[in-house]
Amino acid sequence: MGSFCYHTFPASSHLLVSDFSQGFKSPKLPYLSKQQERWFSRSQGASKVFAYYGLRAPPYKLDALEPYMSRRTLEKHWGGHHWNYVEGLNKQLEKNEVLYGCTMDELVKVTYNNGNPLPEFNNAAQVWNHDFFWDSMQPGGGDMPKLGVLQQIEKDFGSFTNFREKFVESALTLFGSGWVWLVLKREERRLAVIKTSNAVCPLVWDDIPIISLDMWEHAYYLDYKNDRGKYVNVFMNHLVSWNVATGRMARAEAFVNLGEPKIPIA
Amino acid sequence: MALRSVSRKAIGLKLVHKHGFVRGLSSTGFSLPEFSLPDLPYDYGALEPVIMAEIMKLHHQHHHQSYVTNYNQALLQLEHALSVADSPTIVRLQSSIKFNGGGHINHSIFWKNLSPIKELGGEPPKPSLGSAIDTQYGSLDALIQKVNARGAALQGSGWIWLALDKEQKKLSVETTANQDPLVTKGSALVPLIGIDVWEHAYYLQYHNVKANYVKNIWKVINWKYASEVYEKNCP
Repeated sequence: MGSFCYHTFPASSHLLVSDFSQGFKSPKLPYLSKQQERWFSRSQGASKVFAYYGLRAPPYKLDALEPYMSRRTLEKHWGGHHWNYVEGLNKQLEKNEVLYGCTMDELVKVTYNNGNPLPEFNNAAQVWNHDFFWDSMQPGGGDMPKLGVLQQIEKDFGSFTNFREKFVESALTLFGSGWVWLVLKREERRLAVIKTSNAVCPLVWDDIPIISLDMWEHAYYLDYKNDRGKYVNVFMNHLVSWNVATGRMARAEAFVNLGEPKIPIA
Repeated sequence: MALRSVSRKAIGLKLVHKHGFVRGLSSTGFSLPEFSLPDLPYDYGALEPVIMAEIMKLHHQHHHQSYVTNYNQALLQLEHALSVADSPTIVRLQSSIKFNGGGHINHSIFWKNLSPIKELGGEPPKPSLGSAIDTQYGSLDALIQKVNARGAALQGSGWIWLALDKEQKKLSVETTANQDPLVTKGSALVPLIGIDVWEHAYYLQYHNVKANYVKNIWKVINWKYASEVYEKNCP
């Protein structure tokens, strides 16, 4: 299984390694210099953590999405929820060296464990999901996709309006907490709208997400209370970043043959 | 104030003949129940400062109301599907009935589980429930810690329950996902206390600190109601 990185930006996980000379595995190095021995015994006592995941900031200021998504929501959502997932994940990984050194994508797939998720899955997937979500929005977003992306949407949904209706309907019929996705299905080689529960994301089925919308209540409750319809429509009209979606589609084309005629993405 | 609870036996799959087709719907005298939003036994602001008035109002008038509305709608569609023996639709409607019906059941219990601090809220249970808790968990505090821990660990939306297994005469702490009612965890389980840990139940006030909400809600839990249910099922 290769490692697939769907981000058009550098990997969201900051794999910060504090000491390369010691390597990632549990050190059983017999021939340490005195200096290394001293360092090693200090670090052994302090902590076994050599690397950890960091909280990446959204690619815009926290008030940049006003008035559609308030700064307060971003502060709570990114600074509270997203941060908690990162911290939670790091704490879990401290006890589980096997999972070290993975990219976020790999970590999500491995911890999903084919439908029998490991305890780390919830945190890992939610870190990934939120990174993806912040990137899926931009100030001055909304409007419509252009060129190749629009053509692909029209090919797979009939029209942009059909797609939009389907997306909104999926969001409003999601029971409980979850996410709505525009995803490129690898096997079928076409776009689709899917909804997932809690932390699940299309990576686990090897599909390629293009945009996402967080339908957990914490994502909209401060701004819209229980008016989910308004939140979803505002997202489609003013927040969704078709620029980012275009970049993701371009990258996806390297992995999925979208058939003839060859639709240019840009 | 009274919950207009209609016996669900009225829906009765006795409508279905043993060979699987529906017989003479009209001749059974069956009438589709229509559920409605129960009144709260206290004002919206009565649970302050534990749960703010705005949350109570939204929770009752919007969230619970929409469960009731959608539940009734799903039942109407079910009635029609039954009358024409449309199996795919009958089956398809189950998830909406479970979600919205469950939402109605759960919230109806929830409002009764709560009481203002200056009335019954927070007063510890008297025997026999009190002694059952002590016997099984050691103390009320130990039970509360257990419930809080389960609440913190619950991922996504759901409920935490103090349940009574009426056959085994035992208490247990259960969680259900989304709006699944407690019976989905065991048909003998009777809900004594339910705590809504959907984010809408606390977000405006406690934001993402669910733990504080669960810790504080005990100040307004109505143990008298829980004791009554316990005694009724465990005489």
